[in-house]
Amino acid sequence: MSAPLVDIRNVSHRFGQLAVLKSVSLAIEPGSYTILLGPSGSGKTTLLSILGGFVTPSEGKVLIRGQDCTAVPPAKRPTTTVFQDYALFPHMSVGGNVGFGLRMQGVDGATRAAKARDALALVGLAAAFDKKPHQLSGGQRQRVALARALVIEPAVLLLDEPLGALDLKLRRQMQDELKAIQKRVGTAFIHVTHDQEEAMALADHCVVMNDGRIEDEGPPERVYARPATRFSATFMGESTILAGTVTEARNGIVTASTPVGPISVPGPSPAGAKIALAIRPEHLVLGEAKGDVALGTATVGDVVFQGSFKRVLAASALDPALQFIAKAPASATVQAGDTTAVSCNAQDIILLAV
Amino acid sequence: MRAAVRLAAWAYAIAVYGFIFLPVVVLVLFSLQATSFPIPPFTGPSLRWYQSVLSDARLTSALVNSILVAVLSSLASVTLGFLSAWGFARFVLPGSALLRGLITLPLTVSYLIIGMGLLVLFNWAGVPKSLLAAGIGHVVINLPLCFAIIYSQMGDHQINIERAARDLGAAEWKVLLLITVPVMAPAIFAGFFLSMTFSWDEFVISFLLTRFETTLPVEIWNLLRSGLNPKTNAVGSLVFAVSIVLVVFFELTLLRRKPA
Repeated sequence: MSAPLVDIRNVSHRFGQLAVLKSVSLAIEPGSYTILLGPSGSGKTTLLSILGGFVTPSEGKVLIRGQDCTAVPPAKRPTTTVFQDYALFPHMSVGGNVGFGLRMQGVDGATRAAKARDALALVGLAAAFDKKPHQLSGGQRQRVALARALVIEPAVLLLDEPLGALDLKLRRQMQDELKAIQKRVGTAFIHVTHDQEEAMALADHCVVMNDGRIEDEGPPERVYARPATRFSATFMGESTILAGTVTEARNGIVTASTPVGPISVPGPSPAGAKIALAIRPEHLVLGEAKGDVALGTATVGDVVFQGSFKRVLAASALDPALQFIAKAPASATVQAGDTTAVSCNAQDIILLAV
Repeated sequence: MRAAVRLAAWAYAIAVYGFIFLPVVVLVLFSLQATSFPIPPFTGPSLRWYQSVLSDARLTSALVNSILVAVLSSLASVTLGFLSAWGFARFVLPGSALLRGLITLPLTVSYLIIGMGLLVLFNWAGVPKSLLAAGIGHVVINLPLCFAIIYSQMGDHQINIERAARDLGAAEWKVLLLITVPVMAPAIFAGFFLSMTFSWDEFVISFLLTRFETTLPVEIWNLLRSGLNPKTNAVGSLVFAVSIVLVVFFELTLLRRKPA
């Protein structure tokens, strides 16, 4: 097995008294698209700044291509950053912006212009070479920033909420393009976002962060289907959470008492342990078509039509504090005030340790 | 009643603008006097006094001295002001607010006090009275000004631009020279032209700190000691014209804002 491209070892960071990263370790593989996903204050941006060299961590090491880069300044490390506000040089043309990194490397003017044109063509902006940044739209500036960072062929490209300033439609479009560009150039991308849809669409490797720690990491399909913690079950997509206590554990089957009655699922937790059971909205069944685990009845509180489906919030009759979050077909006739049976299949229940 | 108020408003406006500009108009008008006294009746227009100014070796050499002092002291002021503004804006310094207050303090101190202070200091340090001494004096009064102008324009939005340059491999001096200075150019030019204006007009410090070679305002003062004549009006008008040009440049550079 080859050494990882980037190896973050037990990195901690404090701003004054505030610990923003708590012993984070992470390995990035060459050619991968890694997403750091988390709410604001989770430490994801600080981790990116540490990778870019703008922040030196209080503790721990950062190795890039096997070299210790922990305290190497940004100018001397093989990373480039696409900033959230793009940070284009307003007094230079687009070509001058893209060629800047090569100029700093002492590349001659003709080669620089040719490479800058290639990079602009890669992001679909070949015609903008002589324009000034203020003549471009937000989406175009974003592409220029991307071309500028890619043209010097970094080992790792860091993207700090690159799509945050774009409107929804443009964001989805740029998202597809980012992925296509990453596949074409083969550079490892590390991308920070708080948008879980963006994370699922882009990531080869999804890292869920909360409160300065990595909660979960892995392929987005796995993180979504089998989240490792309660936080990632609720942050990466929604879940209904049933709190419970294990009453019996036998032959790898755990039976837990919950507000809606005993539920048996496969799992390793010992008797007496506090657990949480998470169920994705698309796995909850409302009405008569029953799943194999009955979850009692519930009163529908809120139905939100979302185009291809209806998002239903329903309070359990057995425990009004328990809110079911379900996805009903767009054609469903469910209305606020209805009482409905709720069920699911045992295989779709995710067992989480608390 | 309303008409009376309107009339009063007009009269007030005319009085205010008259008060401000009449002396200048009179100065310029009588610089064009054909006879030897700058008093009514007006006998011109004639350019003989301008010719006399420009053929006066003392006045022309003072003019050259003034330009030299203004340009060099403004360059020094704007360079030092820019560097200190950058330092305060980009680094966390202990007692930053206090130090910033101290650097702008000379703006509130009278030129007489600064001039006398420098005179005593230069005496003690063995620096002779000279154009250099006056130039240093002008840096003392203009550096705080340049600092204040440039610092006020140095916002956080440029921090990421500088970071991006560093990230792309630029050494610190290249970041300053290729990124920060061009981005801050309007404020830097504004500071430069305002410093030029102040240095160009400055009398007290130049008077105290120069001896044989001196600047134009001091030379005009020498001229005035032998009484008024249209030649003083002519040289005064020239000084005024140059100041106007500098102020126009200042306004153009500071007030012309391009969207980022």
